[in-house]
Amino acid sequence: MVHYLVVSAILFTMGVLGIFVNRKNLIVILMAIELILLAVNINFVAFSSYLGDLVGQVFAMFVLTVAAGEAAIGLAILVIYFRGRGTIAVDDVNRMKG
Amino acid sequence: MDYAANLAMTLPEVVLGLGAVALMLVSAWGGPGSTRVVSWAAVAVLFGAAIALTGPAGSGGVAFDGLYRADAFSTFAKILIYIATAVAVLMAPGFFQRTSGDDLRPEYPVLLLLSAAGMGMMVSAADLLTLYVGLELQSLSAYVLASFMRRDARSAEAGLKYFVLGALASGILLYGISLVYGFSGTTQFDGIADVYGAGRSMGLLFGLVFIFAGIAFKMSAVPFHMWTPDVYEGAPTPVTAFFASAPKVAAIGLGIRVAIEAMGPALDQWRQIVIFAALASILLGAVAAIGQSNIKRLLAYSSINNVGFALIGLAAGTPEGVAGVLTYLAIYVAMTLGSFLVVLQMRDADGQPVESIVSLSGMSRTRPALAAAMAMFMFSLAGIPPLFGFYAKFAVFDAAVKAGLFPLAAVGIAASTIGAYYYLRVVKTMYFDEPAPAFVKGDEGPLQGGLIAVAAVIVSPLGYLTIPLLGAWSIAAARALF
Repeated sequence: MVHYLVVSAILFTMGVLGIFVNRKNLIVILMAIELILLAVNINFVAFSSYLGDLVGQVFAMFVLTVAAGEAAIGLAILVIYFRGRGTIAVDDVNRMKG
Repeated sequence: MDYAANLAMTLPEVVLGLGAVALMLVSAWGGPGSTRVVSWAAVAVLFGAAIALTGPAGSGGVAFDGLYRADAFSTFAKILIYIATAVAVLMAPGFFQRTSGDDLRPEYPVLLLLSAAGMGMMVSAADLLTLYVGLELQSLSAYVLASFMRRDARSAEAGLKYFVLGALASGILLYGISLVYGFSGTTQFDGIADVYGAGRSMGLLFGLVFIFAGIAFKMSAVPFHMWTPDVYEGAPTPVTAFFASAPKVAAIGLGIRVAIEAMGPALDQWRQIVIFAALASILLGAVAAIGQSNIKRLLAYSSINNVGFALIGLAAGTPEGVAGVLTYLAIYVAMTLGSFLVVLQMRDADGQPVESIVSLSGMSRTRPALAAAMAMFMFSLAGIPPLFGFYAKFAVFDAAVKAGLFPLAAVGIAASTIGAYYYLRVVKTMYFDEPAPAFVKGDEGPLQGGLIAVAAVIVSPLGYLTIPLLGAWSIAAARALF
């Protein structure tokens, strides 16, 4: 049980770092977001099996479904951004200060 | 309980969902020409959902085996959400006609309806699963709305930033949910409260922190506020007005539900987080707004500041505190929507929108009525009596003092005077600076002027007449949680 939690915690940390450390490419950020959601799914399934309770697996299915919708919307926004600016480098997302 | 009774309790969300799907079909067949019809139909759907709240959906209790709760609290929050959404639908057509390139497309009201359905689920959540699905329905619609002006680089950038940081916040929230589920063995709020009452483990504490971090992001409380100014500046102004009103109500309502219903026994733990977020939001919202030159960025910091005040009521953790938050939100929605309606009137001789504070100079001479309305909203946001915004702050500080949180109330009141500086600067620009070129009058008819007038009447001293009603209703709503 602990092993699953450790793997999931490592994946989650890698996902969060992937968003903040990566300065090159916005596609990598989308992948990092997927990594976070999958880390959470490992947690849910591991807890579900450990507790003998199906709710965790149902939750994991919902997370997968929402992740698909989230990826679709993220890519769509990325496409209109690329059309307007011609670049998807993270350092160029600076039209507004902050 | 049979299925029909369950559905009757969720009737507002059913009406909104079916209405959104039907209007999506209309807009797919009708094309851009159907915008006007779809907009008014969307307002009618929102009205229908509000009517549905008078039935079992308003006070029916728990539905779908503990996934969903219909009580006075959710009714109060939903009415605010529906009003704010309807105003966001109505204020849009004029703005999109004027801005270059993009006409308003009929998908705009449809997305707002879907977002309203998600927000309704958020404030009615009685289970972490409902919480997550409602939050995502609201957020996914909001990401698209932020980047709705597809040819505008700032709008696309706003959508992108909102999406990346919003998805990160959802991930953090989900991680917390998975920990709470694993260490408590249930996702239902009642069951989680029992486990928190029985004693705490490290896992439960971590879960609590992660969940509060995710919700703080959605309500844009410091230290999870960094997306707010950029998204508010880049998004189309009607969408910004929507972001500043309805989703705030939903996120704070959700935060209250989780804090009181699921984690009530852990009051001492989350109170520290809420107090920190409240004070940091008030201070940062007040100080960072001083240097802004863009009115939308200024209102973004103002919304961060206001979330801090609302959280003071939550930190009290009493029914009076929650009632204070609800009162605060009701008045805040009127003030902020009024301010954004005035911002929508700001346009140069070509009809293009302008957003700099300098362009407000001397508006008292060129557009006296508009300047008077804006001055009232600014004074009210600053909390200066006799305007109604004062009572909002009074309600939350009163609750905090009654709960014994004297230092919190003292620091909050001191910080609110810092915030008054930048609100008053806007008034000074309008009344005492040399006139800038006047804003051209709009051609959208009496609707927007009427909405501004209604908002101005609500924040005027006449608003105090509603206190017996508002107070009784908000305390009844708050008691439903305890």
